[in-house]
Amino acid sequence: MSDSGDGKGKGVNRRQFLSQTLKTACGVGLMGMGLGFYAKQAESLPAMAIRPPGALSEKDFLGACIRCGLCVRDCPYDILSLGQLGDEVATGTPYFYARTDPCEMCEDIPCVVACPTNALDHGLTNINDARMGLAVLVDQETCIAFQGLRCEVCFNVCPIRGKAISLEYEHNVRSGKHARFLPIVHSDACTGCGLCEKACILEEAAIKVFPTHLAKGELGGHYRLGWKEKEKAGKSLVTPDVEHRYNLPEGVRYDLQGKGLIVEPEGGQPMPLPSNPLDRLNRGLENQ
Amino acid sequence: MADKSVAGADAIAGKGWWKAHQWLILRRVSQLSILALFLLGPLAGVWIVKGNLAASMTLDFLPLTDPHVLLQSVLSGVVPELSAIVGVVIVIAFYLLVGGRVYCSWVCPVNMVTDAAAWLRRKLGIKSASQLALSTRYWMLGLTLVLPLVTGSLVWELFNPVSMLFRGIVFGMGMAWILIVGVFLFDLFIAKNGWCGRLCPVGAFYSLLGVGSAIRIVAAERERCNDCMDCFVVCPEKQVIRPALKGADKGIGPVILSANCTNCGRCIDVCAKDVFQFGTRFNNLVVNASGKSVDDGKQHTVQP
Repeated sequence: MSDSGDGKGKGVNRRQFLSQTLKTACGVGLMGMGLGFYAKQAESLPAMAIRPPGALSEKDFLGACIRCGLCVRDCPYDILSLGQLGDEVATGTPYFYARTDPCEMCEDIPCVVACPTNALDHGLTNINDARMGLAVLVDQETCIAFQGLRCEVCFNVCPIRGKAISLEYEHNVRSGKHARFLPIVHSDACTGCGLCEKACILEEAAIKVFPTHLAKGELGGHYRLGWKEKEKAGKSLVTPDVEHRYNLPEGVRYDLQGKGLIVEPEGGQPMPLPSNPLDRLNRGLENQ
Repeated sequence: MADKSVAGADAIAGKGWWKAHQWLILRRVSQLSILALFLLGPLAGVWIVKGNLAASMTLDFLPLTDPHVLLQSVLSGVVPELSAIVGVVIVIAFYLLVGGRVYCSWVCPVNMVTDAAAWLRRKLGIKSASQLALSTRYWMLGLTLVLPLVTGSLVWELFNPVSMLFRGIVFGMGMAWILIVGVFLFDLFIAKNGWCGRLCPVGAFYSLLGVGSAIRIVAAERERCNDCMDCFVVCPEKQVIRPALKGADKGIGPVILSANCTNCGRCIDVCAKDVFQFGTRFNNLVVNASGKSVDDGKQHTVQP
């Protein structure tokens, strides 16, 4: 600054001011770009980290959450942690791991009440409406219910038992005489609390809670399911099938319940074809 | 003149050690007790204050919210809850009264880190001038406000050493200590008072918040100044002292009006002549050579 062109030591001249300002602005701008790009990586959420109930969509959540930790403090079961620098979760944001500390689904939802910014949506007043994630039975090969054994632990611990997880009975083909009791998750009721994942008796849980966008498929927007459209419209939207007919010779008709082709002799009782098709073939040969 | 590596040696000799460190000790007590209040819950199960400096709840009754963090959040498109709005109004009102950067010197935990770096720098005699412009922090502040606007996310809060240190101590540090060591080394070797004085956007925000704040440091007895320079040595924003201390001839009042002054009171401590004291901005009278009071024309007059 001492080599100012003005000679007046009173400060900086216009050129110095501009260049200094430009330098600072460029430096800070570059830094901002760096931070912005790094932030994109730093904000990716690992699949097993679940946000508290009422959390906005991840993108909105990262703008709304001010990282104060009040939800962490007000959780009576102390399941929530704040991401720390070096963790995979965005620094300072709350999450829980269902396998170790699932959400116990408090009726008064204290974590949401504590949130000062609506990052946990205060519109959520019924914990059963929470959608923290979605439980998925990720591995039928290890789930012992699919092996034909009685377990049903996930079904029984589910806070919305019977609705979020139901049991489907199915014939056990392996033993030939038993039933399999299969736990099936229903996304219209599952809150993603993770109690099932915690309770899964396996070494590594066969049922896991994932963020909903990872767990759910989505049908293409153009796709229409015929039977649903039919129900909606009250009639079929395509030309109805013509009645099916077999091209059979005179006096012969097809009826499976009557065990297949039926030859009706003129005026007489219908006479089913012989049970052994070879009989007919042989007879044909004889006729020749 | 006393050894400059011990700032305020004259003051210690004249007033005694305690008197010469009075405001420094009070500040440390303030910074540490705020931390202790937040730690009492997780460590001892005594829940007086919950949360952290971004937002807290005292005794389930008093919400406090950091205006800089909340502003970033609002810019990303959030409508805060009533508790956050009440909290931010209380905090803003408080700093409008006591001076915005009181946050920096009396509350912020990073202050202890940068003060330590400044102290060590004096001890080791490291002299490297900062290459950063004083205005850099305002550019940084702009950046922290533009990023949520553009990305919809609180990008700065992923890096902010201020919130990270406090949250780290209360909730768990992770790798955040690396950032804190970085700030310490930056202040020690690269730029004198570089973090708090040049870069920190939180400080810049609180500077702007306290532009018109009531409580200020006043060089009330500036004619006693013996030019020992101790106040300049310890002051983290030493450009703020000169107008008030040496401006009598130019008709500048004795109140340090610069918003960058952190009201830390260290100048009061180290001055052997007791030139400085806490006062208000409303008593900014210039006493000219003839001993007659004149209003500096900016502030309203209180008759002495």
